[in-house]
Amino acid sequence: MIRFHKLFTPVIFLPILWLSGCGPSHDIQQQHLSDSIAPDGVIYCSEGNPSYLNPQLDTSSTTSDVSSHQIYSRLLDFDEQTGRIQPALASSWLVSSDGLTYTFQLRRNVEFHQTEYFQPTRSFNADDVLFSFDRWINPSHPYHEVNGGSYPYFDSLNLAEKIQSIKRINGYRIEISLFERDSSFLANLATDFAVILSAEYADMLAVDNRQSQIDFYPIGTGPFKFDAYQKNQFIRFLPHLGYWRGVPQSAQLIYDITPSSAIRFAKLVTGECDTIAYPSQAEIDVMRATPNIVVEEEPGLNVGFWAFNTSKPPFDQPIVRRALAMAIDKNSILDAIYFNSASRARSLIPPSSWAYNSSIKEVSYNPIKAKELLNQANIPAGFKMTLWAMPVVRAYNPNAKRMAQLIKNYLAAVDVDVTVVTYDWHAFRDKLSQGEHDSVLIGWSADNGDPDNFYRPLLSCEAIPSGTNRAMWCNTEFNALINAAIRIPDVDLRASLYAKANNIIAHDIPLVPIAHANRYQVKAHSIKGLSINPYGSIRFENVVKAPKVQQIDNQDGHP
Amino acid sequence: MINTLFRFLNLTFITLCILVVLSFALAYFFPGDTWLNLFGAEFIQDQPTLMLVAEQTNVLMAFWYYIQALLEGEWGVSFATGNALYPEIMRLLPATLELSLYAITIALVLGIPLGFIAGMQYHKKIDNIFMSSSMVMYSFPVFWLALLLILIVSLQAQWLPMSGRLSLLFDIPHRTGFILLDIWLSDVSYKQAALYDALQHLILPTLSVSFIAFAVFLRTTRRSVADVLQTEYIKCAQTRGLPSSTIFFRHVLRNALLPVLPLLALQISTLMTNVMIVETIFSWPGIGDWLIQAIYERDFPAIRAGMLLVAMVVVVMTLSLECLSQMIDPTRDRFAYARH
Repeated sequence: MIRFHKLFTPVIFLPILWLSGCGPSHDIQQQHLSDSIAPDGVIYCSEGNPSYLNPQLDTSSTTSDVSSHQIYSRLLDFDEQTGRIQPALASSWLVSSDGLTYTFQLRRNVEFHQTEYFQPTRSFNADDVLFSFDRWINPSHPYHEVNGGSYPYFDSLNLAEKIQSIKRINGYRIEISLFERDSSFLANLATDFAVILSAEYADMLAVDNRQSQIDFYPIGTGPFKFDAYQKNQFIRFLPHLGYWRGVPQSAQLIYDITPSSAIRFAKLVTGECDTIAYPSQAEIDVMRATPNIVVEEEPGLNVGFWAFNTSKPPFDQPIVRRALAMAIDKNSILDAIYFNSASRARSLIPPSSWAYNSSIKEVSYNPIKAKELLNQANIPAGFKMTLWAMPVVRAYNPNAKRMAQLIKNYLAAVDVDVTVVTYDWHAFRDKLSQGEHDSVLIGWSADNGDPDNFYRPLLSCEAIPSGTNRAMWCNTEFNALINAAIRIPDVDLRASLYAKANNIIAHDIPLVPIAHANRYQVKAHSIKGLSINPYGSIRFENVVKAPKVQQIDNQDGHP
Repeated sequence: MINTLFRFLNLTFITLCILVVLSFALAYFFPGDTWLNLFGAEFIQDQPTLMLVAEQTNVLMAFWYYIQALLEGEWGVSFATGNALYPEIMRLLPATLELSLYAITIALVLGIPLGFIAGMQYHKKIDNIFMSSSMVMYSFPVFWLALLLILIVSLQAQWLPMSGRLSLLFDIPHRTGFILLDIWLSDVSYKQAALYDALQHLILPTLSVSFIAFAVFLRTTRRSVADVLQTEYIKCAQTRGLPSSTIFFRHVLRNALLPVLPLLALQISTLMTNVMIVETIFSWPGIGDWLIQAIYERDFPAIRAGMLLVAMVVVVMTLSLECLSQMIDPTRDRFAYARH
């Protein structure tokens, strides 16, 4: 029954949606709301339950979409258009000439959220910055172990070990010293994960011995304050009246948790959602044809790839990985899965990045050669391996299970027997981190425009324990290159180092890059001020729902 | 009468006991640790003594502790959410009951009068129309109907919403769990708009659930009316020249309605099944939708508690209706009059 529902709703909905474009469309839903004083607000149909309401603890975009830009602010922000770093809670900053010391001047009169569970008595100051950073830097910090003690984004970049000290100069000035130069340091502070929590709230919770609440009943300085969360149903936010950039204009912000992308789309059509998460690539054309729905598209900073678990034999041999990479035809996979909404990936980073080198050599589809290589590596015919397909829809891989089936067929042609494995998203990532997989279809969306954001979290040795290096690949030469690149401010010099790193990847093939997907945003016509944020998760602070169009009533004789 | 009541209570008690045993056994059948399956992780931390005692004793003692915990409202903790199950289920149950209640009311209010009309017009044109259309309704799979309604009414015509109980824009505090009642009791400024919105959300799920039940009531009532009209006493009344209104209200109505009540009891389990299907399709936040989520997430304590509760509701409602119908119509009491 349920299986039927899941499988067939898209099939049933699509043609009808397409048909409905032809008929008259009257928006009764909206009309009735305008009849009486119904509450106003923006409804976002999101795709899953966040693990925490604090992005420090989780790199999944389900978590950061909910929390990063709604509940919290950061010291710095990315400009959505240019990718430049701009002031946020830090009104200005200074970098010393040796590039090791950063001084941040903090904004004054920034209010924290006033909620039923916490009433702040002071506004934001240096103590909050110290608390928020110390929590993940300092393992002996009282809050470090609260809710797991794992800070995957920072851990994958090894950021805590790079910071020598954080000092409070005065109430509104902070000084951060690094052990060595890091040209991506400011960019890391502007990512979704470097949010600022309230130290006063943490102290209050510590007094009551309720520390774990800090990530479930969040307090921040962002445009929306948390109101209610019901798992599998909804999350409700109210506007933060003291928001330092000016009060957001929507009266409430609601995340309607709707796991199926077909249902999200259907709800958008009926007006039950104003905008939806992760529109299915297969439905984009139907969405474009639907009246009252706007589809926006931009090339994305992401990559979908097929990673081999290089810690497991026989995948520790580059020749085996090369053979498997040769056995699949990327172009037909691209056609079947992405429907013209992605470009073929030749390396880890997309062509829009300055570190991209077009001369990179790519493995091409050649099953006969693949078979030869497998024979050379003494892989017997009928060799069994697992292929893990992620259970969720991401732009970089809109249908991992289907892609896994395609790859399974390709590998069957070279006598490799593939079992497709999948779990629910949480368990899936847990088991991946433990290295239970042979190979996996997954990907990465960049959190900032810096190429380091691809190389380091995905393939550095440090990213193996922190669980973002799905290939479990540790190459000292590659590690040295990306570590050297991060210390150099000069872009051209860095680009040449990354070119070398790209060659190592192309030679060693710890993973097969498949596609760089475009990012889509689908929303109702009445929603204004929502833009695609290439540097992280969705932002609702400027979103306005246009006033509903009153139905003109001609019955009483007006012309 | 007392006999019937006693037998009813006895039957209910035994059935419930069997249900509890089965739910207890489930914890052994599920993979993983039995005690974890029974109570969920956090319960163990909260109740160390009970768990310690339970672990050290045999299965029978464990069962005894399980019953105690059930009676105290300690139904365990969900793996997925970490919330206590009993309050969670009690929060969701009203949504399911509300939907079932409205659906069955509509089926009764429409099905029985139309059944009478069909029965009075036995084998005439109206009867044939009713019979054929109710046959179609009866054979309609409920999930297909629900999807069809969503397609036509929600997506194509955009008249009614397709999911939930109330637009999420309305923030109605939870009191009774019955949405209309909660809105009525709340002191929000947009009461009228909220009521209107809730009614709009109710229409499609209620229709989908009541569809089959309506057909069943119509057909049974018609059969029963037709049977009564064939009896000697009706013919006798007719030959005595009683006005047809008197015949209908004094003789046909009562006698024809008697078989409908036990039928209602039979329909309860079908109704609950359909409600659970419809809940999933319309994302109606009731116990059915929740149970199916729990099955997806392999939340064993939740599956156990949810099944126990749904089974209990069905058993208690079915048996009470059965009991009621026997008290109204003692001729149905096979045992009391079968001993010659």
